[in-house]
Amino acid sequence: MSAEQRQAAVTGPEGGPAGAAGPAGAAGPAGLVGVAGPERLPDRSASETPAAPAGPAGPVGAALALMQRDLRVALRRPGDTLQPLGFFVVVTTLFPLALQPEMSLLRDIAPAALWVGALLASLLALDLLFREDAQDGTLEQLALCGQPLTGLLLAKTAVHWLLTGLPLVLIAPLAAGALGASGGAIPGILESLLLGTVTLSLIGAVGAGLTMGIKRNGSLLALLVLPLAVPVLIFGARATQLAIAGESLAAPLYLLGAMAVLAVTLAPWAVAAAVRIGLE
Amino acid sequence: MMHFLAMGGYARFVWPAFALALVVMMLNIVWARGSLRAAQAEARRRVLSMREAYGTAPQDRGAQR
Amino acid sequence: MAWVWFHRFGSPPYLYRVAGRLTPWFAWPALVLCLTGVVWGLGFSPPDYRQGDGWRILLVHVPCAFLSMEVFVAMAISAAVGLIWRMKAAHAVAASCATLGASFTVVTLGTGMLWGKPMWGTYWAWDPRLTSELLLLFLYLGYIGLRSGFDDTARADRASAVLAIVGVVDVPIIYYSVVWWNSLHQGSKLIGEGGIAAPSMWVPVVITIVGFELYFIALLLIRVRGEILRRERNASWVAEALGLVPPAPPAVGSGSASAPISGPTAGPKPAAIHPAYRGSSPA
Repeated sequence: MSAEQRQAAVTGPEGGPAGAAGPAGAAGPAGLVGVAGPERLPDRSASETPAAPAGPAGPVGAALALMQRDLRVALRRPGDTLQPLGFFVVVTTLFPLALQPEMSLLRDIAPAALWVGALLASLLALDLLFREDAQDGTLEQLALCGQPLTGLLLAKTAVHWLLTGLPLVLIAPLAAGALGASGGAIPGILESLLLGTVTLSLIGAVGAGLTMGIKRNGSLLALLVLPLAVPVLIFGARATQLAIAGESLAAPLYLLGAMAVLAVTLAPWAVAAAVRIGLE
Repeated sequence: MMHFLAMGGYARFVWPAFALALVVMMLNIVWARGSLRAAQAEARRRVLSMREAYGTAPQDRGAQR
Repeated sequence: MAWVWFHRFGSPPYLYRVAGRLTPWFAWPALVLCLTGVVWGLGFSPPDYRQGDGWRILLVHVPCAFLSMEVFVAMAISAAVGLIWRMKAAHAVAASCATLGASFTVVTLGTGMLWGKPMWGTYWAWDPRLTSELLLLFLYLGYIGLRSGFDDTARADRASAVLAIVGVVDVPIIYYSVVWWNSLHQGSKLIGEGGIAAPSMWVPVVITIVGFELYFIALLLIRVRGEILRRERNASWVAEALGLVPPAPPAVGSGSASAPISGPTAGPKPAAIHPAYRGSSPA
């Protein structure tokens, strides 16, 4: 079996030259060496995989390659990533419709509407994170390829946030403006949502990993993730409220930052453990 | 006695609270013991059916050692 | 020396037997203490200056509140032990804690609401303690829900262990964020549970606290035995532990020295060990 065929089998149905540059390319020198046999070693990276990135082998290279692959796959289907965004906009629109269109009242509930919308949209988007890769076997390959799974899953979550969390952050000022927030509130809103969505993506990844192995999922993911996400909601909404009121939001922002750092350091372990259990 | 039951006017809060606690605690006991009994009955059934089929059961190996 | 004790408890048959023997030692004192505390607190203590006779609700509210949090921590610790040391017994303990802890949380919330109505004037006031108790209930329900989603017990054990660990790290954060949130919006509202300074009041509460703790341990021991049995179905110690007398003639092929002699004179059944179970017993 040639190296291309092996790599195509590893990267799954979306294969092709773009896919072949995925984790197998970077994991090749580290992961598939034993399979290839020592006599094939010199040929591999240079001539047989022209699309392979020249980056370093090892955890960082693998993670970067995985991010490239995930981005490429996701950008082929922009609809998937736009859906949570659309949901967010719709939900924030529902709040004024459920109340009166009075700007002062809307300004009061704007932080709540923005953050509840962000929370629910993140929850919806979590489906994209692992489901497909679990189904076509890519996740198994990631777990087996010899690179640390925590790093790879952190990379996956990072791409997921880039595709679902970041657009949310960017469109939030628009939604906030529609809810009566002034222009001066925008930097504060952006900062708080930036930190908040990062933490939400990571907590959500833990929940997504845990519920991966369950068939009759229903709203279990929401039940798991939402209580854990309450601190983000509390401090994020408070930060947004202070921003809209024109006051300094340093205190809740620092706390949001601290939670994001905690999530980035601790969540990958939990996600990797959860995914491993889900793959059994 | 009536004074005790009236609880100084708080009766409609105090007594339901104790009733709730008592009911839940009794339910816990019943549930726990029922769960243990069910597990024991199930294990017993398995041992006996294995013995009936094969003359001995994997659960008997401890005694045979 | 401590490790010997630790690993001994990790052995399911040992835990099964010891739990059975210990249960009465916790159950009866629990009953005595709970009754003493409740009767004393209900019948023989004076009413409070501010709360009147309503303070007596704390006789059950406080123990359940403490327990709901302690049980969650115990659940997380035993789940972590089970995950790290791969001890089935630890996972059995964690599983047993779940519904018990959830029930304590429910009683805490219910009695808290019943205490709140006369004291605050409303059943629910988004008090930080009650709110974080509500979130704790959601965490318990999530844990139970996750467990029930897996058909395989081992996977359910491990997945819920990860959730319990994440939850226990998050619980203090949730608690402090709710306290902070509440202090911000409630202003000068009186949140405290009211002082019960007189010994004739706090002694019965302490007694019920201890009584409830013992009650929890007694129930935990009962549940753990059931969980162990469910996880160790085909283990070699089960028949003896259940009191089922093993069949008299040793089976052919079991390695017993007397087998060749008694073989031809064995009963009508071939007395063979099922092929799947031949060979080494589980560790």
